Amino acid sequence: MNKEIVIAGFGGQGVLSMGMTFAYAGMVENLEVAWMPSYGPEMRGGTANCVVILSDQKISSPIINEFDTAIILNQPSMEKFESMVKPNGEILFEASTILSPPTRNDIRQYKLPANAAAQSLNNKRIMNMIILGAFTQLNPILHDTSIMTALKKVLPERHHHLLPINEKALHRGKELIYR
Amino acid sequence: MTEPLIEPQHIQCENLDQMDQVWTRPETLIDRKLHYCPGCGHSVAHRLIMETIDELNIQETTIGVAPVGCSVFAYHYMDIDMQEAAHGRATAVATGIKRVLPDRIVFTYQGDGDLAAIGTAETIHTINRGENIVIIFVNNGIYGMTGGQMAPTTLPGFVTSTSPNGRDTHTMGYPLKMAEMISVLPGAYYVTRQAVHSAKSVRKAKKATLKAFQYQMDGKGGTSFVEIVSNCPSGWKMTPVESNQYLDDEIFDFYTLGDIKLPPKE
Amino acid sequence: MSEKLLMKGNEALAEAAIRAGLKGYFGYPITPQSELLEYLSHHLNNRGGSFLQAESELAAINMVYGAAGAGVRTMTSTSSPGYSLMQEGVSYIACAEIPCLLVNVVRGGPGLGTIQPSQGDYFQAVKGGGHGDYKLIVLAPDSVQEMADFVYLGFDLADKYLMPVLILTDGALGQMMEPVTFPDYDVEKNKVDHSSWATTGKLTSRSQNVITSLHIEAEKMEDINIHLQKKYKTIQENEVRYEAINTEEADIIIVAFGLVARVAHKAMENANKKGLKVGMIRPITLFPFPTEILLTLSEKVDQFLVVEMNAGQMVEDVRLAVNGKIPVDFYGRMGGVIPQPSEIVDKLIQMDSSKTHSK
Repeated sequence: MNKEIVIAGFGGQGVLSMGMTFAYAGMVENLEVAWMPSYGPEMRGGTANCVVILSDQKISSPIINEFDTAIILNQPSMEKFESMVKPNGEILFEASTILSPPTRNDIRQYKLPANAAAQSLNNKRIMNMIILGAFTQLNPILHDTSIMTALKKVLPERHHHLLPINEKALHRGKELIYR
Repeated sequence: MTEPLIEPQHIQCENLDQMDQVWTRPETLIDRKLHYCPGCGHSVAHRLIMETIDELNIQETTIGVAPVGCSVFAYHYMDIDMQEAAHGRATAVATGIKRVLPDRIVFTYQGDGDLAAIGTAETIHTINRGENIVIIFVNNGIYGMTGGQMAPTTLPGFVTSTSPNGRDTHTMGYPLKMAEMISVLPGAYYVTRQAVHSAKSVRKAKKATLKAFQYQMDGKGGTSFVEIVSNCPSGWKMTPVESNQYLDDEIFDFYTLGDIKLPPKE
Repeated sequence: MSEKLLMKGNEALAEAAIRAGLKGYFGYPITPQSELLEYLSHHLNNRGGSFLQAESELAAINMVYGAAGAGVRTMTSTSSPGYSLMQEGVSYIACAEIPCLLVNVVRGGPGLGTIQPSQGDYFQAVKGGGHGDYKLIVLAPDSVQEMADFVYLGFDLADKYLMPVLILTDGALGQMMEPVTFPDYDVEKNKVDHSSWATTGKLTSRSQNVITSLHIEAEKMEDINIHLQKKYKTIQENEVRYEAINTEEADIIIVAFGLVARVAHKAMENANKKGLKVGMIRPITLFPFPTEILLTLSEKVDQFLVVEMNAGQMVEDVRLAVNGKIPVDFYGRMGGVIPQPSEIVDKLIQMDSSKTHSK
C-alpha cells in the first residue's frame, strides 16, 4: 500500500492540520508516513497545501507531483492540482467552494457538501474532519480510533473539548459517501 | 621597541630589607616586557585590572575577553583564562561565556574602534540585556594598531591618517559619547568615565574598576561599564608628556570624567 | 529509545540537541529555520541549557565562540543569508579549534533569494566558507530521523576533532514531518574532558588557557595550518560516510545528497522499473567526501549522474573523484525549486539512450 495525497485550499481551512491528522493516524497504524507542507508567505491567508504519504514501505521521495488522491477546498487549488492526479485516482472536493468541477474523466470525483454538513452540526470548523471521514470511507486504510488518537495530538489541549464533535464529523463524512 | 632606560638590577639601594614595600607587580600580571608604545595608557589599565583581580581573589574564576586592537595580546600579560575575540564581538563572546558559566567573572577589554564602530550593535545589545559582565573600554580616539586612522571617537578637527585635514564633522560625523549613550539603557548598572594619565586619575580609575568587578560578583545589577579615556602618543604624533597634556587641555572637555550612572542604591 | 514521535525536521533536530546535552544555544530568527529557535526557546532553559536570541547572526556565532570556548556543548542554527554573515566567526572557531555544532537550513539564493529549499550553499559548506584554509565536517541528513541522529554524531565528532561540525540541510527537510525516535544517549558517558584548553577560570594548579586564532609570526601560523591540514587528513581517512544502493548491477550511478537523494531514490526505482540499471551513492559526509567509492565505481559503471538543487556544485567533487575516467552528467534545479522524480527519470532515459547510440 502506498497512498500519495495532496490537500489544498485556503489558509485557515485546516488544510495543514488535516494532513497532520492523516500522518499521525498513519503512524499510529505503524505505517511509514511523511507530511510536507507548502511553506512561506502564502501560509498567511493565501493558498496552503500539504502532501501526505502513507505507505507500508520506506518512503523514498516526499517530493512528488502525481497524487492518488487530491482533496481540494478552493478553486485555485483545483486548477493547480487536477492535472496532477494519477489516472484512476480520485478528487474529493468541497461542493460549495468549487464553481468549476474537474473536467477529467479518467479519475473518480466526489463532490462533498462538507460546508453544509458542518453547518448542520453547528460548527463550521469541522468541515475538514467531514472530508477526512469521506476519505477514510473511500480508502479504508486508517481506523477511526487511530484518527481520534491522532486528533488528540494535533489539537492543542485547550481544544480537546471539541474531540466529540470532531468524531461526529468523521462519521458524518462517511455518511456522505454511503449515500 | 625601546629598552628600559634603567635595568632593575642596576638600582642601588641600601638597607632594602628594612624598608616597607609600597609597590609591587600584581601577582596576576605576568612579568613580561609590554609591547605597548612608551607612555601608552594600556599598561596602566592592565595593571589596574590585575590589581583588582588580586584584591578580590578571583583569578581562578575570571575569564577575560580581548578583541582585535592594540590590546589583542592582553593574554600575554594577564595571567588568567582568556579568549581573543573577533573585531567588535568581544561582548558577544563574553555573553556566550557568562550564559554557560554564570558563576564566573567575565570581562571584556575593548578599544574605541572595536566597541564604538564595528561592534556598536553588540555593545548596545549586550548592555541592553543587562549581561552581568564588566566592560573596560579604553578610548584613545584613534585606531592605534592599524596605524592611526580616524576612530568613531576622534575629536572634530583632529588630524589622523584618514582625516588628513582634520575630522570634518560634515562629512565624517561627530565623535560618539558611548558612555552617555549606553547609560540610558536599563541594563547598564554602573557607567563611569575615568583616566590613567596622572597619579590622581589612576587612583580614581582603580576605585572604579574595583567597584565594577565587585558589582558583578554581587550579581544584582546589569552591565558595569568603565571607560578609560587614554592617550596614543604614536597615533597622535606626540610625546607621552604632550599627549597627557593634550588630554587635560582638549579631550576631557569633550569626554568629561566622572561617574555617569550609579547603581540605584547609591 | 524514545517512543515514535511525528515531528518537523527542525523540531526533531532541536529536541535531539537537548538530549545530546546542549548547554548553550545562540540564534537569530530566519525562515525556514525559525522552528528550531522557537523550540529551543521553549525547552532549553528548563532542561539544563541556556537559550539566547542574539541581535544578529554575527553576534550569535561569536556567542557560540565564547560558550563553546568554555568547553560546553554549544550550537547555533540559521539559514543561508545568516550563515554567510557567520563566516568570519566560523573561520575563527575553526582556527582556534573549538568544538561546536552549526546548522544551516539552506534556502534558495543568491542574495535574499527565496525561503524555498536549496543546496546552493554546498561550496560554502565543504570548501571552508570563510577566510583561510579550513574545513568543517559536513553532515547531510535526508530524513527527519537523520536530522535528529546527526546531532549526536555531530557533537561527538566536534568533541573528538575539536572543530565545528555543520549539519547542512534544507528548508523542506526542516519543515516536513516524519516519524522519529530518539536513541538512548548517555550525555555523561559521551562527555569529553576539555579542561586542558577550555577557559573556565585559571586554577593555580595549571597554566592559563587561552583561546585565540592570532599567531602573528608567519612560521607559527604555518605550523597551525600544518596541524589543521593533518587533522583534516585524519578525518578524510576515518570519517567518510555514505549510503550505496543498487551499485552492483548498475550502468548509471546517481550521486545525490540530502532531500534530493530521496527524490533521486524514487527516480532510480521508477527508472529500474522501465528496464534501466540505475544505482545510487548518497554522500552523508560532504566533507570528508566519499571519493574512494566513486573512484572504485567509475571502473564498473558507464556514467554518473549528479543531481542537486543548485547550478552544479557537488558535481565538481564527483568529477575530481572520477578524474575523467567516465562521463559525469548533471541535473539540477535552482532558486528553491525541487526536482521531481519524473524529471530525473527523463534525464536517466536520455543518458541511457545516448549511451546505447554511442555503442
